[in-house]
Amino acid sequence: MIRGDRWFYGVLGILGGGYLVLIVAMIAADLFYTTPKHLIESLLTEEIRFAVYLTLGSTIASAVLSTFVAIPLGYLLSRASFPGKRAVDALLDIPIVLPPIVVGLSLIILLRTVPGQWFQEHVVDILFQWPSVILAQTSVAAAFAVRAMKITYDQMSPRSEQVAMTLGCSRAQAFARVVLPEARRGIVAAFAIAWARSLGEFGPVLIISGATRNRTEVLSTTVWLELNVGKLEAAVAVSLFMVLIAFVVLIVIRLAGPAEGVGKSVRP
Amino acid sequence: MISIKGVTVRSGGFSLQNVSFEVPAGGYGVLMGRTGSGKTTLLEMLCGLRDVEEGSIWFDQRDVTRLRPADRGIGYVPQDRALFQTMTVRENLAFAPTIHGWSREEINRRVAELAEHLRITPLLGRSPAGLSGGEAQRVALGRALAARPKILLLDEPLSALDDETWGEMVELLGQVRKWTGVTTLHVTHRLHEADALGDRFFRLAGGSVTEGRVGDKAS
Repeated sequence: MIRGDRWFYGVLGILGGGYLVLIVAMIAADLFYTTPKHLIESLLTEEIRFAVYLTLGSTIASAVLSTFVAIPLGYLLSRASFPGKRAVDALLDIPIVLPPIVVGLSLIILLRTVPGQWFQEHVVDILFQWPSVILAQTSVAAAFAVRAMKITYDQMSPRSEQVAMTLGCSRAQAFARVVLPEARRGIVAAFAIAWARSLGEFGPVLIISGATRNRTEVLSTTVWLELNVGKLEAAVAVSLFMVLIAFVVLIVIRLAGPAEGVGKSVRP
Repeated sequence: MISIKGVTVRSGGFSLQNVSFEVPAGGYGVLMGRTGSGKTTLLEMLCGLRDVEEGSIWFDQRDVTRLRPADRGIGYVPQDRALFQTMTVRENLAFAPTIHGWSREEINRRVAELAEHLRITPLLGRSPAGLSGGEAQRVALGRALAARPKILLLDEPLSALDDETWGEMVELLGQVRKWTGVTTLHVTHRLHEADALGDRFFRLAGGSVTEGRVGDKAS
């Protein structure tokens, strides 16, 4: 840093620093509100343990499904030209910009249509059952994962896969042998973003899963349930646990070292 | 032999019209033209990475106009080399033979042979990320030659090299030509590069190709 630039960076630091102070102050306030003993006691109750397990299971499943969708769809949006591409691109923004409660409402209406009811009767019962948690989380998280993968592919030169094709690969072989390995950091980032987004999902989960203890309760709904019955300490304990999980995931994203821009322009 | 007969290709607002030229078997053709004249587009068309609207492309008496890049039997070195960054130098060299289903022994033998000829044996275990420009160019050349293609297409392969490395690479390309007998089309905008390497010279301007002597190229 040139000495003369210090005042400039200092001003930027002051302007942006207030927000950092707010984040640290919120977490510190939560920490001082409770004690480690109370935190452990709250997390060991049967209902909250169930919520922890369902949260971990459902968020991992949602992140896997979201990544599974994002890898091909992100590639199509980045590399292919097809009619209606802009419409598809705009469509993917809908779960991102819509209020979560609208996503939940739309899902519940979809599940009550004739095809939705047939699917539930013949394939898997969803509404107010644990699969609904995964559906609610994936419906939003996948859009973020697709955005992350598209940015990853956009930043990769198509030249490597073109060379692979001249060396004897089909398009699919070039994708599997060259593109996917080169996109691995983006895939990790897309997974982590989808996972973190699923962890924080609340509105759609509450609407199509309900908040039934030991059945469809996840940590985000636990905070809401504990607040509703006046157990502020338990709500704070669960919140701190979620902060800890989110922090670990974000560290993993940094360590995985996603391509510049991934996880910055698309943040859950 | 590379034979292009009356080819037309369009890309956005840019087009190459009725392009025809020929590089004889074992020959070293140099295609020159200014930046933006369509040299890379023409090379991509030969690789099968762009569709041809009219005309035909023949490699060694075989019409490859509608063939996939994989089926054309070519080696291609793009301007940015595009080495596979997640693979070692050895894996880059082994890539094409592996795809073509060679045995492990054949692949190892071929990699060792290429590495020796291109003087990159000490680099085999390294990642492409740490290579110098000249080293990366040798690896890209080795990768393109690994499956013994009959046609070698080079897109400005020496453009980013310093003078000393440039001289070494020119010498190496001459040796590779003698060693493999591969028919080569080399794209460049440098007159002295064309002079040092080529035996057939082509100039791309205004969307069409004309053949000439080396002294004509500056025009």
